[in-house]
Parts: sequence; structure tokens; C-alpha cells
Amino acid sequence: MGNRITVPAALCALLFLMVAMPHVGLLGQYGVTFLCTMGIYIILSASLNLVNGYMGEFSCGHAGFMAVGAYTSSVAGVFLFVPDQVFGQPWLPMALTPFAFPIILAAGFIAAALAGLVVAVPSFKTRGDYLAVITLAASYIIKSAIENVEAVGGPRGFAGMGKIVQGMDSMAPIPWMLVWIFLGVTFTIWILRRFVYSTYGKGVMAIHQDEVAAEIMSVNTNKMKLIAFMLSSGLAGLAGGLYAYLISFVNPASFTILRSTECLVMVYLGGMGSLSGSVLSAIVFAILLEFLKPLEQLKWVAIPLLLILLMQFRPEGIMGNRELSDVFPKLKRFYRFK
Amino acid sequence: MLETVIQQALNALQLGSYYSLIALGYCLVYGVLLLINFAHGDIFMVGAYIAFFAATYIMGQHALIPPNSPIMVKLVFAGFFALIVTAAVSFAIKKKPQAPGRKNYSYPAILGGIFITVTAAIYYWGQGMKLETGADKILVFAVTMPLTMILTSVVGVFIERVAYKPLRLKGANRLYVVITALMMGIILEYGNLSLLGTSRLSYPTLLPRVVFDVAGAKISITKLTAIAASFLMFALLQWIVTRTKLGMAMRAVSYDKFAVPLMGIPLDAVIVFTFFLGSSMAGMAGMLYAMNFPVLDPFMGALVGWKAFVAAVVGGIGDIRGAFVGGFLLAFLEVIVAAVFSSELRDLISFTILLGILTWKPTGLFGKPKTTKI
Amino acid sequence: MALLEIKDLTQRFGGLIAVNDFSVTMEGRELNALIGPNGAGKTTVFNLVSGFYQPTTGSITINGVDTRGMKPHQVTSLGVARTFQNIRLWNDMTVLDNIRVSQHYRLGYSLADALLRTRRYADREAAIERTAMELLEFMGMKDLANEFPPNLSYGIQRKVEIARALSTKPKLLLLDEPAAGLPSTDVVELIKLIEWIHKEFDLAIWMIEHQMTVVMSLCQWIKVIDFGATIAEGTPEDIRNNPTVIKAYLGDEAI
Repeated sequence: MGNRITVPAALCALLFLMVAMPHVGLLGQYGVTFLCTMGIYIILSASLNLVNGYMGEFSCGHAGFMAVGAYTSSVAGVFLFVPDQVFGQPWLPMALTPFAFPIILAAGFIAAALAGLVVAVPSFKTRGDYLAVITLAASYIIKSAIENVEAVGGPRGFAGMGKIVQGMDSMAPIPWMLVWIFLGVTFTIWILRRFVYSTYGKGVMAIHQDEVAAEIMSVNTNKMKLIAFMLSSGLAGLAGGLYAYLISFVNPASFTILRSTECLVMVYLGGMGSLSGSVLSAIVFAILLEFLKPLEQLKWVAIPLLLILLMQFRPEGIMGNRELSDVFPKLKRFYRFK
Repeated sequence: MLETVIQQALNALQLGSYYSLIALGYCLVYGVLLLINFAHGDIFMVGAYIAFFAATYIMGQHALIPPNSPIMVKLVFAGFFALIVTAAVSFAIKKKPQAPGRKNYSYPAILGGIFITVTAAIYYWGQGMKLETGADKILVFAVTMPLTMILTSVVGVFIERVAYKPLRLKGANRLYVVITALMMGIILEYGNLSLLGTSRLSYPTLLPRVVFDVAGAKISITKLTAIAASFLMFALLQWIVTRTKLGMAMRAVSYDKFAVPLMGIPLDAVIVFTFFLGSSMAGMAGMLYAMNFPVLDPFMGALVGWKAFVAAVVGGIGDIRGAFVGGFLLAFLEVIVAAVFSSELRDLISFTILLGILTWKPTGLFGKPKTTKI
Repeated sequence: MALLEIKDLTQRFGGLIAVNDFSVTMEGRELNALIGPNGAGKTTVFNLVSGFYQPTTGSITINGVDTRGMKPHQVTSLGVARTFQNIRLWNDMTVLDNIRVSQHYRLGYSLADALLRTRRYADREAAIERTAMELLEFMGMKDLANEFPPNLSYGIQRKVEIARALSTKPKLLLLDEPAAGLPSTDVVELIKLIEWIHKEFDLAIWMIEHQMTVVMSLCQWIKVIDFGATIAEGTPEDIRNNPTVIKAYLGDEAI
């Protein structure tokens, strides 16, 4: 049963490295930020893959749910810990921040999952391109709604989360955001993998491949859609919360169609219905973004061009609908991942 | 009061005409290929820019090449325009099949003639004329409009050939083509940005500043042109799709892409024609938009395009009437919300209403529900 | 209590009456057929029974439970399974997964169990897998467990689809044209298979079929409909000689 502990052991080692490396100067602020961004991309891409890849719908409003999570987590954190003009004096002392942070993130998760209902309920009757428009409209509505709430700064944005990160830093000098994002990524992959590998979650794939057959073969399609949409948007909310604390500032302009497009690109680049594909493509995408930064605006010409070329050569994405362990079966010998 | 209502209605009609023209393009491509051409909004933006460069070039203002540049540069530029016009014409008159072994020079001769004439015309026009009077400018408008439509459609067809067709031939999942379209849109936006910088260009006035009075409300001739153009294009499209053989072929492709070539219909030509029509309408919309809101920027197409797409779907994507009505519906909603509430709430409320419509009628106003055959 | 009781069932699609005043009772353990010319409304009856359409008027009760207002998955959990005219397997899932997912209504664990991998999850998942493998073995398709349906021949796909339907543990199995598209050698196999299923699985089978060899050699009771209305019913012998049936199929001149 030695292979059973490979994954947890590797994760712990990684976590240790992340905490230790900045201390000995091996990983600078630049590296930490880069890894954090990559982690957020992984969460976004993997969570969207549940709806767009496994369930075969075309949701193009992922940024909207990310925004809901980002704002909810931000407001929750500021409300609890930071003195603010709108939300008044803090309720809790700064010392509690490391313990309360998961709860803050969970608030973002739950709020985004509830926002996912806006899309999930119409999906009972609607499919395909019409549903795509519903997701698009939903993300516009969310963005526009936030712009009209003066309490969170409207179009100017909302700040104050930096104090909480500083608060955590003062408790213990470790790269807190990197750790949280690492845990967030692990949680996302863990939950998604367990879901899609269970017979329960495979109902989602049955809906993708033949919804009529799924319904008649006793899959409760409405319930499955509800779960898939809410889980996916909830995880997007988690990514949003982490993003908000990473850059200590949120504004509606961060959650535009371009953001949703990034998510879509990562899903289809990785392969529909391949979790390891999504992770891989998120990593590739983050590296590309960083690598091409010197090009400035031209970056956004070069990246799409590269991706279009890639799709011409591999029209099913990097992994197709296979997983890493299907491509390299020998990997299975080394680990068991539940 | 009545005056305000009419004024707002006219504004909505004008706004709706752009949405409708763009929505019609989405709808055409979707109807034939079941492809959401997400680059369409940006093709609209490209259309506006093409209209700008075409108009300023013809008027002798030379936006791309300064007036004092060498003759060769101007000639090459004029030749480039002419080449594209010629290519479009050659596509339109398509060589007829002829007996093998017999050489027929009339086709290249005609094209060569067109090429030389257009080069010369554009060159001398841009060179000599000082287009100052109103009548001249109307002439410029009359030339720029078809030129813009042709050039924009060349861009649209080019994108189809280069990016979408190979994927279609490889049998990639439909959504990969959609993603490619999204990417093309981004390339157009940022390509433009890096090519022309962030400077915002302002469109020259082409049509005379005549303002009509409709029961107290005012409408300029430019706005009137936009509204008239959208209705005309709608009628034209409706005629093409329902009355002509080509339209019949387009509908056939949308029913069954695989059976169509077997019936002897040139699938590729039909698809190219579809993109040609759709993009030329985006170009037209771009030019009309630029004439009314004369500041161009690379991202102008994104928001208008997305909105027009939503409008097309609410109308019932795949149905021309749906796209047309959807465009005006969205415009009226936006104008009403902005007038009654505030313009900040415009997107929020109008999109919420559209979402409500889609939830209530999932296939849009004109769309027919697809029955699943078991 | 009858297994299936359909009373005065009528289904309208706009102006079209697809099923008109249709009644049927099945006690259980029968092997009956529903036949009729193309477009007679046979599949519509099956769609109504399996809950895919809601009847305009009339009622369907399964084991005494009125199915009006029920979603198809609920009807399936009452013990009605079906196959489709054109095979509708989940093509990107293995045969084994196809059969596992079809047990969705009796998974016996919740989403939380699946995410937390509780004891119950492990037990139930093992049981589901065992049931699926047993079924495949029983039907002689054990080696196909990890194949993907598109790699299998049409006849085998039919068989997998029937196995998938059986995995929902039905008391009533609806077969929608099981012999459609099969070569005559496979049809003989299919007749044997259906007979065997009927014997081994202790269920009632109701089938739509155009191939009279299948219907006449298998079924005990045949119902004939045309334009949604019942025009004849009886034993194979009765139907074979019924002038109304011959007229419906072959036209007036045939008599």
C-alpha cells in the first residue's frame, strides 16, 4: 500500500518547499506571485471543465461567478477584520485572520455557488448555444450589478484586503497567499476528481453524451446539472476570493469577457473532460502569459495566434478526454489518488 | 412629452439598426454553420476602421500614407485596394465551366481591366481632387460604402478560410471552432491596438448636416441612413435566403452539411458566400456607426458585438427575422431603461429582461424548439 | 394489481392526434408486441409510458402508481426500462460505465458520500460494480467491459443497450424495434436472447417491432395500432388473419 501515500507525501513536500524556499532566498516575490497566479488559473480552468468539458455545455460567464466570490470574500474579510468607512469597526482581532481565512473563502464559494443557480435553473430547459447566451448575460448582469453597488466602490473597485494579508504575515512570516492558493488548488482538484470518478458524477458525462438516454436510464438530470453548475461556479468563486486577496484589490473591470475567455481557452486547450489536461493547460497558459510579458500589447496577438495554431494541430486539446494516467499507464504504479 | 418619446424612439431605432445589422451577420453564419462567430463583433470594428481609411484616402487626406509620399507608394496602395476589389469581382462572376483545351482569355482580361481602372481611379481621385463640397462628399460616401463592405468581407472570408475551415475539415468539436473565433476576435482587437496605437481616430463627416424635424423630434440624415440601411439589408437578406437558389443552398447546408455536397451543391462556395454576406453587413454597420459616433477605438466592436449576439439569440438565432427584431428589441430596452431609470443601470436591467425572455422562451422569440426524436 | 395499466391514453401534438384512446393492461411476465405501420404512434406510446411525454388525457399506472407528472428517471425507478430505435449508448464511456451509471437511482449514497469517500460510498460502489460485472458475465459480454461502444458491432451494441436497460432492474422492459438494422442471422440470435431474458430475468417485455418473424415467434399477445388508434389485438394467429390489419399494412387491394 506504499503508493497510497505518494500523493499526500508529495503535497506535503511541496507545501514545505513553498514555505521554506522564500526563507532561504530561493523564491523571490516575483516567483511567489507567479506561482499564485498559476494556481488561480488552475482552479478556474479545472472548475470550468466540469461544466464545459464533462457536461458539454458552453458556459462563457465564468468570470461573473469569480467576481461574486471575489467580492463576497473581500467584503466578508473587511467586515470582520478591517475598519472601513462603510462597514464600520472590525468585529474580530487581527490575530484570528489565519483561522478565519478559510471561512472567508468559504463565504465566497457559497455566494458564487448560489449565483450559479441563475444559470443552473434555465439549464433545465435550455441547452447548447441558448444556454451559452444565458451564461453570458448572467456574467454581464453580475458585473453590472456590482458596478451599481456604491458600498463596494462601484466601478472604482474595492480594497482593504491587503491589511488582512499583512495581518497574517505579522502572525507568522510565511508566504500566506501562496499557501492558501496551494490549498485551494489541492481542494479543487481533490473535490473535482472525486466527483467525476464516482458513478454519481459520471451522470454528468452521461448528460453530455446523451441527455435523453441519461434521463431514461434513471439519472436525475436536473439535479446533476444543478450540482455541476453550482460546484463549478462555487470553485470559480473560490478562485475569485484568492485572487482578490492576492492583489488586495478588486474592481469590476477585472471580471470581463476577456477573463471568461481565458478560462474557456484553458479548458479547450487542455481537452474537454480531462482534469489533468486542464491543470496542464493552465500551467502552460500562465507560463505563456509570463514569458510573453515583454511583448506588452502584442502579447494578446501572439498568444491567441499560438493557441489557434495549436488547435489546428491538435483539434481535441492537449489531452483529449484522457487523463495523464491514461497516457502514461506506468504512472499508476507510483501513486494512488483518490 | 410626445416629443421626447419620439426622440427616444428615433434614438432606439438608430441604435437598433447597428445591433440588427451585426446580429444579422451572427445569425447568417450561425444559421448555416451552427457556429457562433465570436469574431463578428471585431469584424464590425475592422469595418469601421476600413471605412475610415477608405474614406480619408479617397478624400486625399491619406491617413496611412502622407500626401507627400512618393508616387510609387500611393500607386502600390491604390493597387492594393484595386486588387481586393478585383478579387471580389472575380469571385462574384466566377468562371463558367468550359470545354477543356480551349483557352479563353476574356476572364483574365476583364479582371485586368478592372484592376487597372480601379487603381487609376483611386490614385487620381486621392491625388487631385479637393473634395470640399457636399455633393463630392456624398460621392465619397457612395464609393466608400461598397468598398468598405467588400474589404471587410475579405477579412471575414479570410478568417474563415484560415482559421475555421481547417478545423471543420478535421472534424474538431464545434466548440473548438467557437474558441478559435474568440481568439481571432482578440487578435483583431490587440493587433489593431499594436498597429495603430491607442490614438483614437475621428471619422470625417461625409453626409451633409441636414436635420429633419419629426413632430418636434430631430433626426439627422446620417441617423436616417443607418436606419434605412438596416431595413434595406434585412429585406435583401430575407429575399436572398427565402427566394434565391443560393439561399436555398444555404438553408440546405444548415439542415445537413454532409448530404449537401452529395447533392451537387458546392458546400465551400455556399460557406464563403455566407461569410461574405455576414461580414459585409458588419462592415456596413461599422461604417454607419463610425459616421454617427465618429470616434474609433479597437475595442468598440467587443461590447456592441456581444450585445448584438445576445440580441440575435433572444430573437431566435438562426432566424433572420429573429435577429432583426432582437436587435431593435435590445435597443428599445436600453433606451427605455436609460430614460426611465439611469444609464448606469442600462446593462443590468436590459440584460435581466433578456435573460427573463430566454428563460420563458428558451429558443428565443422566433426560434422553433428543436424536437428530440427518440 | 396490474404491472402496467394504461387507460384511455390520448396524446395530441398541436392538431395531430398521435395516440388516441389507447388502453392496455399487463399483469407481469407477459411478452407482448405493439405493431403498426410507420407513424402509427407506437414510439409515442413508449415515450408516454417511460415518462418522456406527459399524456394529454388518460392515465398510466405502474404497479398502482400513477405516473402523471413524473420525470422519466422517476418512472425508471418504478421498474420500467427501455431501449431506443436508434441505439443511444453513451459512446465515450466504457460498456461497464454505461451499465454502472444506469443504476443511478439506486446508488444508495449521496454527493457528500462521494466527496468524502465514506464507508457507504466504498461499499455501494463495489456493489454497483459487482452487479454490473455479474450482469455482463451473465449475458456473456464480460470481455467487453472495457470497450467503448463505437468499437462494437451493431448487433453487440444492441445487446449492450438491452443489458444497460436490464441493469435498472426493470419489471417491464420496453424494446423499441430491437431488430431494426440487424442482418437476418443476428435476428435469430436476438429472438433467442429476448426469449432467454424473458425467462431468466422474471420480467414482462413489451416490444415494438416491424419484423414479423420476431413478433410472431416470440409474442403471446399483439396489439396493432394505426393513426394512434387500436385496430386489432389478439394472439399471433388472430393478427395474421385479421383483414383490418392486412388493410392497414398493405392497402385495400391486398384483400
